[in-house]
Amino acid sequence: MADKQLACAVCQPKGICGGKGLLTLKEGAWGKNPLAIQVLGICSALAVTNRLENSLVMGAALIFVCVGSNLIVSLLRKHTPHRIRMVAEVAIIATFVILFDQFLKAFYWDMSKQLGPYVGLIITNCIVMGRAEAFALQNPPVLSMVDGLANGIGYAVVLAIIGFFRELLGTGEILGHKLPVFSEWYTPNQLMILAPGAFFALGIVIAIFNVIKGPAPEENK
Amino acid sequence: MSETSAWVILIAAIFTNNILLTNFLGMCSFIACSSQIKTSLGLGTAVVFVMIMTTIINYIIYHFILVPFHLGHLQFIVFIAVIAGFVQFVEMFVERFSPKLYFALGIFLPLITVNCAILGASLFMIIRNYSFMQSIGFGMGAGIGWALAIVLLAGLRQKMRYSHVPKCFEGVAIAMIVTGVLAMTFMGFAGMVSIQ
Repeated sequence: MADKQLACAVCQPKGICGGKGLLTLKEGAWGKNPLAIQVLGICSALAVTNRLENSLVMGAALIFVCVGSNLIVSLLRKHTPHRIRMVAEVAIIATFVILFDQFLKAFYWDMSKQLGPYVGLIITNCIVMGRAEAFALQNPPVLSMVDGLANGIGYAVVLAIIGFFRELLGTGEILGHKLPVFSEWYTPNQLMILAPGAFFALGIVIAIFNVIKGPAPEENK
Repeated sequence: MSETSAWVILIAAIFTNNILLTNFLGMCSFIACSSQIKTSLGLGTAVVFVMIMTTIINYIIYHFILVPFHLGHLQFIVFIAVIAGFVQFVEMFVERFSPKLYFALGIFLPLITVNCAILGASLFMIIRNYSFMQSIGFGMGAGIGWALAIVLLAGLRQKMRYSHVPKCFEGVAIAMIVTGVLAMTFMGFAGMVSIQ
C-alpha cells in the first residue's frame, strides 16, 4: 500500500508517467500478477520458497533486477537495432543479476550459499525478459521503472505468501523462530518443505487466485 | 564427492536428483509445452542434445579461460551467451543439412535458450565442482531426466482432458498438483544413489 502512494507522489505532480503510473502499478502487481495469473517465472518461485527468509531475499532480487533492466532497456530503446534486441536485453539483465549476486556474496554469504544457482537463474526468469520485451521497449524510462516495480512486487508478494505457509506447515516455525502456541501442538509435515509440497502450494495458490478473479484466465484476455 | 563415477551421476541426475522435479528448473516450458506427447517428445530430445553440448562447452570455457584469468564472476553472462550462440548455431546447421529434422525440432530450439534447466545444469556443474567426465554424465542425466518428466506429464494431461476437474483448478493449477504427485513418486527413488 505504501508503495502505491509513493509512486503516485512521485509521478502525479510532475506528470512524467503521463498519468499512467497508477494504472501500470495496479496491472502489474494485481490484475496481471506475473506469478499467479500469467504463471511466469515459476522455477525460482518453487525452489526458494521452502523458507520465508529465502523468499523475501529472492523477491527483493527480482524487484531490483526488474526495475534496473527495465530502466536501461527503456533508455536504450531508440538506439537498439531491432534484430539484436534480445541479445541486448539478456546482456543488460545479466549485468544486474551479477551486481546482485556479488552484493549477496560480499555481505550475506550464508544466504548466497542457500540460494545457490537460483540467483543466477534470474537471467532466464521469464518475468524480467517478458517485461523488458513487452513493456520497456515501447515506453519511456520512468513508466518502465514503475512497471518493473509493480511486477517485482506482484512476484515478491506471492512468493512471500507461499514461503510463509510452506515454512509454517513444514517446520512449524516462522523465520526460524518458534511460535508460542502453534509450535507446541503442531507436528511439522516434512512434505511441505520437500519438492512435492512446492508444487501443491503453488497449484493451490493459483486455484485461489482463479476463485478470487472469477472467470477463467482465457476470458480475462 | 569428486570420486563419484560419471555413471552414478548419470543415474542420479535422472531419478533421485531429477532437475525438474527436485530442483524445479525448466518449469516454464514444462507447463507450456506438455499438452501433447508428440510435442513434448520433440522438445525433450532437443533439450537432451543442447544440454550435453552446452555443459561440455561451458566446462571448457570456465576451467580453461575464466578461472586462469580470474573472471569467475562473469560466469553468468558468458554461460548465457554460449547457450544462445550454440542454439543459434545448431539451428542454422540443422536447417542447412537436414531440413526434415529442422521441421521436427526447429520451433523448439529458440525456446531452449530461455529454458532455465540448461543454464541451471551449467551452474550446478560449477557449484558441485564436477570433473570433465562427471560433467558429461550430469549434463546427459539432467537432460534425460527433464525429457522423461515432461513426457510423463504430457501423457497424464492427455488423459486428464476427459476427467472432471473442479472449475477453479482447471488449466495450470491442476497441472501443478499432478506434477506434485509425480515428484512424490520420484521421491521413492531417494536413497538409491545420491549426489550433492
